[in-house]
Amino acid sequence: MMPELAIELTGINKNFGNVCANKDVSLKVESGTIHGIIGENGAGKSTLMSILYGFYQADSGSISVQNTPTVIRSAHDAIDAGIGMVHQHFMLVDNFSVLENVVLGTEKGFSLKKSLEVSELELHRLEKEYHLEVDINSVINTLPVGLQQRVEILKALYRGADILILDEPTGVLTPQEADHLFRILNELREQGKTVILITHKLREIMAITDNVSVMRQGEIVAHLKTAETNREELAELMVGRKVLLRVDKAPAKTGKPVLTVEHLNFTDDSGVHRVKDVSFNVRSGEIVGIAGVSGNGQSELLASITGIQPLQKGQLKINSETITPGLRADAADMRRFGMAHVPEDRQRLGLVTAFSAHENSILGYHNNSEYNGLIEMDRDAILSTCKHGMEHYDVRPNNHNLRVSLFSGGNQQKLVVAREIERDPDLLVVGQPTRGVDIGAIEFIHRQLIAMRDAGKAVLLVSVELDEILSLSDRILVMFAGQIMGEVDASVANERDIGLLMAGISKEAE
Amino acid sequence: MNERQANTLVVTLVTLVNLLIAFLISGIVIWILGEDPWFALKTMLYGAFGYDEGLGYTLYYTTNFIFTGLAFAVGFHCGLFNIGAEGQAYIGGLGVGLICLWLDNWPLWLVFPLAILASIIFGGIWGAIPGYLKAKRGSHEVVTTIMFNFIASVIMVNLLSHVLRPPKNMSPESREFGEGVWIPQMHEIFDWFGLEITRTPLNGTFIFALLSLFLVWRFIWYTRWGYELRTVGTNDTAAVYAGISVSKNIIIAMVIGGGLAGFVGINEIMGSSHRLMLNFQAGIGFTGIAVSLIGRNHPLGILLAALLFGILYQGGAELSFEVQAIDRHMVVLIQGLVILFAGALENLFRPQIEQFVKRLSSLDS
Repeated sequence: MMPELAIELTGINKNFGNVCANKDVSLKVESGTIHGIIGENGAGKSTLMSILYGFYQADSGSISVQNTPTVIRSAHDAIDAGIGMVHQHFMLVDNFSVLENVVLGTEKGFSLKKSLEVSELELHRLEKEYHLEVDINSVINTLPVGLQQRVEILKALYRGADILILDEPTGVLTPQEADHLFRILNELREQGKTVILITHKLREIMAITDNVSVMRQGEIVAHLKTAETNREELAELMVGRKVLLRVDKAPAKTGKPVLTVEHLNFTDDSGVHRVKDVSFNVRSGEIVGIAGVSGNGQSELLASITGIQPLQKGQLKINSETITPGLRADAADMRRFGMAHVPEDRQRLGLVTAFSAHENSILGYHNNSEYNGLIEMDRDAILSTCKHGMEHYDVRPNNHNLRVSLFSGGNQQKLVVAREIERDPDLLVVGQPTRGVDIGAIEFIHRQLIAMRDAGKAVLLVSVELDEILSLSDRILVMFAGQIMGEVDASVANERDIGLLMAGISKEAE
Repeated sequence: MNERQANTLVVTLVTLVNLLIAFLISGIVIWILGEDPWFALKTMLYGAFGYDEGLGYTLYYTTNFIFTGLAFAVGFHCGLFNIGAEGQAYIGGLGVGLICLWLDNWPLWLVFPLAILASIIFGGIWGAIPGYLKAKRGSHEVVTTIMFNFIASVIMVNLLSHVLRPPKNMSPESREFGEGVWIPQMHEIFDWFGLEITRTPLNGTFIFALLSLFLVWRFIWYTRWGYELRTVGTNDTAAVYAGISVSKNIIIAMVIGGGLAGFVGINEIMGSSHRLMLNFQAGIGFTGIAVSLIGRNHPLGILLAALLFGILYQGGAELSFEVQAIDRHMVVLIQGLVILFAGALENLFRPQIEQFVKRLSSLDS
């Protein structure tokens, strides 16, 4: 018997200028299943889903929804066809209540009060049916992200979605929250809904999907039953070659502390105490990982350590330099003391994307004497640094005059990593080194970090990817609500314990 | 054709098409007024280029626009919208005037560098205060520079009518400087080489303007200070990451911009009128914004755009003189259309032109 198809895409092509984002993509999603779409960044997953949701029009190809050919020109058409989407970045009005957010755009008649009353009933029914409990009167910005995501799902269901697309839904969740989300998705499947899950995390695909389609360079390279495949096979399909998922590393040979953080506090402009009395150290020859759900003070901690934010309270020691708030050390001073910094957000901090690759290859080091003559800069010296870095780190395309915005995310990140590591710093501070980076580049960047450690350098790694923390770190600190909840030795760490710490539950409290 | 060449071609075509349209519409208006647009165009171009006196005036105006265009461009590369070149030029001119009044029995080769220094300091201070307010207090530079234009104007009116005006003089202007500190007129310079041209206000400052173009070009793209400035202007968070002080660079950009605008004083006060007077900078500062934007904030573009506005000023004056139905306001209309199409609506035909260039380059390969 032919299975019922919720979605059928046939021969979808989409080009942006000369870039082919989707090439002859055909996809069948069976009704009542969870269908995973996996691929590296830039493989065309998001473009494909945007076509399905009406943000883009395909250059050619056709779409069928519930076995009926459908033309989707806008998100409105998609909703009419019963397709709902939960975006990676939530589309919620922060200062509206849950109910108001759900109703937004569907309110009928003249009186808002009346449509709110009608929707309230409907919303209660949906919550009960799918176990999506949220207090519908609470205001969005008072809810944790896990609940905000539930509101997004409710919104889609309220609009009559039978097919739900989730774009990288676990990026902002703790492992426990992610598990909860998966239970909800299971519930939806049991109720006959169809779920399309876009992700680059192999673990999620294996944990929850029925079928999986793998995308690479705009094409679908495989359709598989999840039960009949494994992580290694999927990774290989995604990258197009064999990938080492594990990082091999020798035991750490630690030396003296290179970075010591003492009682660091940070309060932001709106008066929120973001970092609370954080103390730790990083010794030479080790990688210290800071785990935590994003938004728990890691960014502010990084900014204070690296001189991007002036140090407010507490003290830093880098090598033999002591940095106090009175010193007003900026990022240039920190570099002079022996620190290099791969920032969390390469486009906002690490690169000037409108500049060429070679101009970016000296960002932060542009005052070094080797790049400067009496008045003008030494272009040859800059070019040779850039060429060396691009070659060594296999940045593609290997063109030092190209504007950085024209490189892919992975190659941009390689440019940053090359610039910072090639300085041979004593201390490397790394934030989210592989965010939005493809698997091949992840593997490479991880090897570079291990190499730094093995060369006796101190590495501080901040990441929201727990897998990354677990596989690279020698010691793991977990941050929650601005505090260090605990330290775990990486050799005995497991995901569950760290997950609990990430949720703010310390061992003693248990 | 590589990406860079294609880009240059697009930019050039966009500018040319926009200018063409501005002139086309001007032509239609002239035609509606019952005059021959073709004749008007010829009159204008002849007035601007056709004989050495016209050319002299054109280049004399161009000199001013180069300075104020550069003043805007330097700020723009640092992410600032410096519309205070008007006031900066005015106060810069005050500096030049004071030096000349004070030292006009000194030789020119000593006074000239001092006058340049004075215009940098005076114009620079007039840029630095809004720069400081922006960098440290967050006051928007568009608001503060406009206000500083007015403040400059009031200061100058006061100084010229009460302090610098010679007792028996009726008009609000200073006494004439001693001839020793006049910058040589172009006809005098040509005379040294035995060449004879008509006397115009065009003077040696023009050469200094060309030098300024070159120096700003090297500064912005080839020095670490220019690098820092552009980084702040393009991505200020990345600047902080790189240890570049955003506030320092904002102030520096405003000081340099103010100094460059102040050079208008060299051309006008020291090179042409030889006395401090009211409103010698009128409109030059604002036109500099259009010059810089049309010239894409690049010194080469600014040179061409400044020349274009020099032509519009001089040719326009000639036009209103020669053709009866066209008065001064008509000339302002033409300038306005150029600013409208080449400045404000510059991307009107960009998609079509990009398409065209793409097709061209695909034919190529």
